[in-house]
Amino acid sequence: MFKIVRKEELAEDIKLMEIDAPLIAKKAKPGQFIIFRSHDKGERIPLTIADFDRKRGTITIVFQEVGKTTEELGTFDEGDSILDFVGPLGKPSDHDRKEEGKVICIAGGVGTAVIFTELRNIKEHGNYTITIQGSRCKSLLFWTDRMKHFSDEYIITTDDGSLGIKGFVSQPLEDILKKQAESIAYILAIGPVPMMAACVKVAKNYNVKAYVSLNTIMVDGTGMCGSCRITVGDKSMFACVDGPEFDGWYVDWKELAQRNNRYLPAEKQSLERYRELVKGKNR
Amino acid sequence: MAKVDPKKHPMPEQDPEERIKNFNEVALGYDVETAIAEAKRCLLCKKPVCIDGCPVEIDIPGFLLKIAEGDFKASIDILKDTNSLPAICGRVCPQETQCEELCVLGKKFEPVAIGRLERFAADYEQENLEITYPKCSAPKNKKIAIVGCGPAGLTCAGDLAKMGYDVTIFEALHDTGGVLRYGIPEFRLPNSIIDAEVDYVKKLGVIIEVNQVIGHSISIDELFEQGYEAIFLGTGAGLPKFSKIPGENLIGVYSANEFLTRNNLMRGYLFPEYDTPIWVGNRVAVIGAGNVAMDSARTSKRLGAKEVHIVYRRSEKEMPARIEEIHHAMEEGIIFDLLTNPVQYIGDENGWVKEAELIKMRLGELDSSGRRRPIPIEGSNYIASFDTVVVALGTSPNPLILKDAKVETTRWGTVVINEETGMTSRPGIFAGGDVVTGAATVIEAMGAARIASRGIHKYLSEK
Ligand SMILES: Cc1cc2nc3c(=O)[nH]c(=O)nc-3n(C[C@H](O)[C@H](O)[C@H](O)COP(=O)(O)OP(=O)(O)OC[C@H]3O[C@@H](n4cnc5c(N)ncnc54)[C@H](O)[C@@H]3O)c2cc1C
Ligand SMILES: Cc1cc2nc3c(=O)[nH]c(=O)nc-3n(C[C@H](O)[C@H](O)[C@H](O)COP(=O)(O)OP(=O)(O)OC[C@H]3O[C@@H](n4cnc5c(N)ncnc54)[C@H](O)[C@@H]3O)c2cc1C
Ligand code: SF4
Ligand code: SF4
Ligand code: FES
Repeated sequence: MFKIVRKEELAEDIKLMEIDAPLIAKKAKPGQFIIFRSHDKGERIPLTIADFDRKRGTITIVFQEVGKTTEELGTFDEGDSILDFVGPLGKPSDHDRKEEGKVICIAGGVGTAVIFTELRNIKEHGNYTITIQGSRCKSLLFWTDRMKHFSDEYIITTDDGSLGIKGFVSQPLEDILKKQAESIAYILAIGPVPMMAACVKVAKNYNVKAYVSLNTIMVDGTGMCGSCRITVGDKSMFACVDGPEFDGWYVDWKELAQRNNRYLPAEKQSLERYRELVKGKNR
Repeated sequence: MAKVDPKKHPMPEQDPEERIKNFNEVALGYDVETAIAEAKRCLLCKKPVCIDGCPVEIDIPGFLLKIAEGDFKASIDILKDTNSLPAICGRVCPQETQCEELCVLGKKFEPVAIGRLERFAADYEQENLEITYPKCSAPKNKKIAIVGCGPAGLTCAGDLAKMGYDVTIFEALHDTGGVLRYGIPEFRLPNSIIDAEVDYVKKLGVIIEVNQVIGHSISIDELFEQGYEAIFLGTGAGLPKFSKIPGENLIGVYSANEFLTRNNLMRGYLFPEYDTPIWVGNRVAVIGAGNVAMDSARTSKRLGAKEVHIVYRRSEKEMPARIEEIHHAMEEGIIFDLLTNPVQYIGDENGWVKEAELIKMRLGELDSSGRRRPIPIEGSNYIASFDTVVVALGTSPNPLILKDAKVETTRWGTVVINEETGMTSRPGIFAGGDVVTGAATVIEAMGAARIASRGIHKYLSEK
């Protein structure tokens, strides 16, 4: 059992939990993830290691409540325990993060939590960091201070214009690349699939390398099932062991979007049933 | 020779019409009278050749005689002397090519139903007797790490615990059993049986740590640093093979591992009570004809598919699945498209598979596996509509752990060992089961684990 030592509400439907998991904390590297299962009827769900504290022996996860499992996890409190918590999984993404020059980190929505340790790592390796953090509206933004702290330049966008530039993250990206594409070593874009696809398209137009982190549907997370497979270039890759970070230029975005929708009716049914069951309780 | 009944006593089974609507066990097991009568068919040979067919060398006439005498406790004690998982082996061993193939009765009649009787004794103990545990040797105060909680890991752990070692199993998944749990469905091997036999191994003093992916959570080198003096790799062959034909990433195309894991380990068939969904359409094609393919086909049927096809490139004779399971699949209405191979899968505008292009095959010369090579018949291509495809073309060892362990591997990705000791190229690291042989059988994995446990004991005694 893995104890929740801290819980925080970061934004509407976005929650943070710090979990007591000393073995994983000892090993965690930027870009890696864990898989949890909250109880014995639960699903195995991947979440990025949003932060780790080797001394305290904790792992921080940040999740958006999008379906049954994440919504239910949101009802767990400090002091409660999660049944299974395994990791760190996936390839760490720090190998090519030596000093390379200017790097643009783009975070969409809850992708902020996913990108954070990488941004910090990139900055700590002596790179010049330009961060673009976007969300639908102001109330969904979180960790802006942390992100700013590790950014030499920092830009916010909101779809509705409630804070920063009105529009999508791809706009300021295009503006920057238009002026100085040659000086950018690479971009790293993490967020919803359409957002990553749009950023990659812009970067590719300017011949800039673009890394992305793919949130495919997983089961085991160890390369055993192939649920997470995705076409990159002319190869079928397993996101859990070959990734989750990939060269965005070669990702088959259409396939990814389609594959991520494959259980939609079941997920809807599961969420509705769950809400029915808890009606009159906490919510 | 006294008169011997020429036939095995038939196994009572759930009716096919009924059982395709549930996940309960198909074979129901012998009752006491049938078991005694079947056991009495054994000739109690002076030179019991049947034992040569059993990789863990069970004293077969010994346990059969005890059943014939009605002394079931003595019978199970003999079984457990060499096999800590008899209820499992009795159910899933391919007896027809192992112990029963060699039984002398089989020359003229049907062999003794050794597997069914092994299952009977184990079930009888679970249901009616107090379970007793063998005495372990005096503690040796030496720690051994076992990686993987499948049949190989469990067997090696049980053996070493009995010898007095401190044994810890590290398992990547959240539950025990390996393929027994995530691959083989409830209707062939109920979870309660696995639980009981894993519990037996735990009672021998073995500690099981789940959620530990060795190589990620802890490395092999760290295990040595933590004072483990020997390590056994029983990590199986979990990496699914695809045939790399167009359309394999369409939605509705599963690897058998994903399909069966969702259903068995995650209990997809109980969705939405359990949270993990599994999807099956009306027309299913299962590619391959091994046990994994039969299990996938029969699972599809139970999940509500109307028409399920086994698509296999060779003929009936070459099908690698157990005869009993092929027979069960046929009874359940599975359609066999033999001498047929997929060329590509075709999707609709939303990325769902809707058709498969197939080609007819004929058999040519013998190949290196001793089977006749399948050759495509040019121009015989045709299109068939399928909304679900399960690819069951075999598996190979997961390279991650092997890289971390820095042990020598073959070009097929399996681990190289010394056949006599089970030791790998790296001193102190041993291996056995599917990780060495590639996908094989439960009992072969257990036999290899037994060899390795002796190898480990010898290594540590001489160290
Ligand atoms: C490596 C990796 C890291 C991730 N890190 C984070 C993170 O740090 N924070 C976070 O909020 N989310 C993260 N995700 C996504 C997260 O796993 C899903 O949001 C979660 O599985 C949804 O489960 P659910 O039962 O609540 O919703 P469901 O009802 O299962 O799904 C609701 C929606 O989420 C999508 N979805 C379902 N399962 C997955 C899945 N396994 N991966 C991606 N999308 C899925 C569906 O398409 C659907 O639109 C990550 C995914 C991966 C693969
Ligand atoms: C669907 C199906 C049906 C089958 N039917 C039969 C049958 O009827 N009869 C028969 O005899 N055989 C059958 N087999 C084959 C049989 O199940 C295998 O040969 C046997 O399970 C191999 O045992 P093993 O212990 O070597 O490996 P496995 O059972 O594969 O166990 C390996 C374990 O190691 C774990 N692991 C892997 N990597 C790591 C790591 N890095 N760290 C920690 N843990 C790790 C895995 O999660 C797994 O639990 C079937 C196989 C399948 C897939
Ligand atoms: S373990 Fe398998 S091979 Fe050995 S006697 Fe039992 S059924 Fe036969
Ligand atoms: S060979 Fe057959 S008849 Fe002889 S001891 Fe073995 S099981 Fe009995
Ligand atoms: S999640 Fe199963 S192989 Fe990646």
